[in-house]
Amino acid sequence: MKRIIAGILGAALLSLGAQAQASESKALPDYSWSFDGIFGQFDRAALQRGYQVYREVCAGCHSMRLVTFRNLADLGYDAEQIKAFAVETTVIDGPDDEGEMFERDGKPSDRLPSPFPNDKAAAAANGGATPPDLSLMAKARPHGPSYIRALLAAGYEEPPGDFEILEGQNYNTYFPGNRIAMAAPLDDDVVEYQDGTEASVDQMAADVSHFLMWTAEPKLEQRKEMGIKVVLFLLVLSGILYAVKRKVWADLH
Amino acid sequence: MSDFQTTNPVIKWIEYRLPVFSFLDHAIGTKYPTPKNLSYWWNFGSLAGLMLVIMIATGIVLAMQYTAHVDYAFDSVERIMRDVNYGWLIRYIHMNGGSFFFIVVYIHIFRGRYYGSYKAPRELLWMLGVVILLAMMATAFMGYVLPWGQMSFWGAKVITSLFSAFPLIGEDIVIWLWGGFSVDNPTLNRFFSLHYLLPFVLVGIVVVHIWALHQFGSNNPLGIETKGPQDSIPFHPYYTVKDLYGMGVFLAVFAAVVFFIPNAMGEADNYIEANSLVTPAHIVPEWYFLPYYAILRSITFDIWFLSAKLIGVILMFGSILVLLILPWLDRSPVRSSKFRPLHKQLFWVFVADCILLGWVGANPAEPPYLYFGQAGTVYYFAHFFIVLPLLSVLERPRPLPSSISEPVLKGGGTAMGATTKPMEKA
Repeated sequence: MKRIIAGILGAALLSLGAQAQASESKALPDYSWSFDGIFGQFDRAALQRGYQVYREVCAGCHSMRLVTFRNLADLGYDAEQIKAFAVETTVIDGPDDEGEMFERDGKPSDRLPSPFPNDKAAAAANGGATPPDLSLMAKARPHGPSYIRALLAAGYEEPPGDFEILEGQNYNTYFPGNRIAMAAPLDDDVVEYQDGTEASVDQMAADVSHFLMWTAEPKLEQRKEMGIKVVLFLLVLSGILYAVKRKVWADLH
Repeated sequence: MSDFQTTNPVIKWIEYRLPVFSFLDHAIGTKYPTPKNLSYWWNFGSLAGLMLVIMIATGIVLAMQYTAHVDYAFDSVERIMRDVNYGWLIRYIHMNGGSFFFIVVYIHIFRGRYYGSYKAPRELLWMLGVVILLAMMATAFMGYVLPWGQMSFWGAKVITSLFSAFPLIGEDIVIWLWGGFSVDNPTLNRFFSLHYLLPFVLVGIVVVHIWALHQFGSNNPLGIETKGPQDSIPFHPYYTVKDLYGMGVFLAVFAAVVFFIPNAMGEADNYIEANSLVTPAHIVPEWYFLPYYAILRSITFDIWFLSAKLIGVILMFGSILVLLILPWLDRSPVRSSKFRPLHKQLFWVFVADCILLGWVGANPAEPPYLYFGQAGTVYYFAHFFIVLPLLSVLERPRPLPSSISEPVLKGGGTAMGATTKPMEKA
């Protein structure tokens, strides 16, 4: 009886796992990331390259409304570099003492600029489909970083013969439903990396996915570092409490 | 009051005016004898209490930074995650704490089921526990709406819409619940208000639950009453230290999830802000509601004048309410499944059924999942209304030991082994 139940449980769990993977889209490649695992951390160079890809390619259509310029310090930039990034942008501020709105240079405390004033403008400029905000994208999709990388680097293909693609749609094997409004955004060398890394499509897709994991989970490093200490502390504490328990219970009988 | 002995003049002074020390002594000390053979499955009651405290403490702090408005709720949570000092930590504790609260409480409930803790004279203790479960579920459901992600919004929409299944007044009930014609700002505000209120109601019911527990004390793995002082030990220090050890281990596991895989039990869709115009491909509740969700969706046919939806709703609520009458469905005089060979096996079948229903709940309501869900639902209720009453009559329980001390003393060879080993086994 126990064996039958164990079998049922096992089968249920297995299919639960399989179900999590399966949808209309292709199974994701098994990418590895420097931030995987309990000791995992971000790769600063990849983050900076990813930010460059975001800035020069993605930011044309996608907003990043939860990230401020000052947050870029996490990527290894110093205060001067961050100020330089911010100054490149123009922010509408106000109203001033005359009640007028005015334009000024960006400051480190500003959010990264959005390419469109609102969702309707974004949709109007993109054939009716609003490019989603990317701040949380890496957490808003199952296996986010790998999904984004696969979608950008390996997903765009010629549709199978009988697959109908409408005007303004593109075929992508990793996108749920396979019809994505965004045309393949990356081509080899669309970005010239400041650190000299070769800007292949796969490299750029990996870097920008890495960067998006940081924008979605900026406290990941702090969290994992603290986690090691907390879990070790609790294990030692449990060990001591177990010894105390043995000692207290030893006097029974 | 008078039975509390101390030589400390300060304690004496306080005790004379406010008998708090004798109260503690009666609650968890020498005046609260506890069966000496409780296994580690009995740790989950104190763990549930710990989780309630953790949830209230983190929740109060989160509420200081959270904004209950449809335009700001999602962003205020992200502000907690990014800009509030250790906000990410508090929020991940609270978010995963909900799941761990349910893990602990479900183990606590299944322990009660296995060892017959619901039987006379502990029926009210058990029923209060069912009320606690219901209050917890309401609290968890409303709490999940607060971050105002896609699953928050659509989960709220699906569950509140269930009330429209009631004939005649259903639609009006739903509008009344929403405070409008859709899940919107009034809904979010009242859910926040109630989400803050209900945990304190929970504390009140928990106090009564523990009060009822103290009337007859804990059940135990043998399911027989203590027959005298040789069968019991004072709660303190024996079970206080054992509970503390359990809390250490539990917190280590909890911390590992909070720090290393904080989003593993959540839905990715809830990191997308609520949008009433875009329906997620699969609307699924949190894992701890999946079995009930499967029961709800397994009814796809009308019966007479009852709509499929109404039957589903009734069965979903019924699947928990049936626990209230469990003490009268299982009439077997023997509590512990250790001495009930058939109940022991069917208990595990029931556990497997709940897991099956959970798996069905996570999947779309279509064949083949639908058939598994229907079979699972039939067994769920059959277990209560057919299996348990029949077992009460048909099962031949094994002979019970004459006292708790008897099998404990028989256990091992050496003196040390005899005292510790049998007790620590489940």
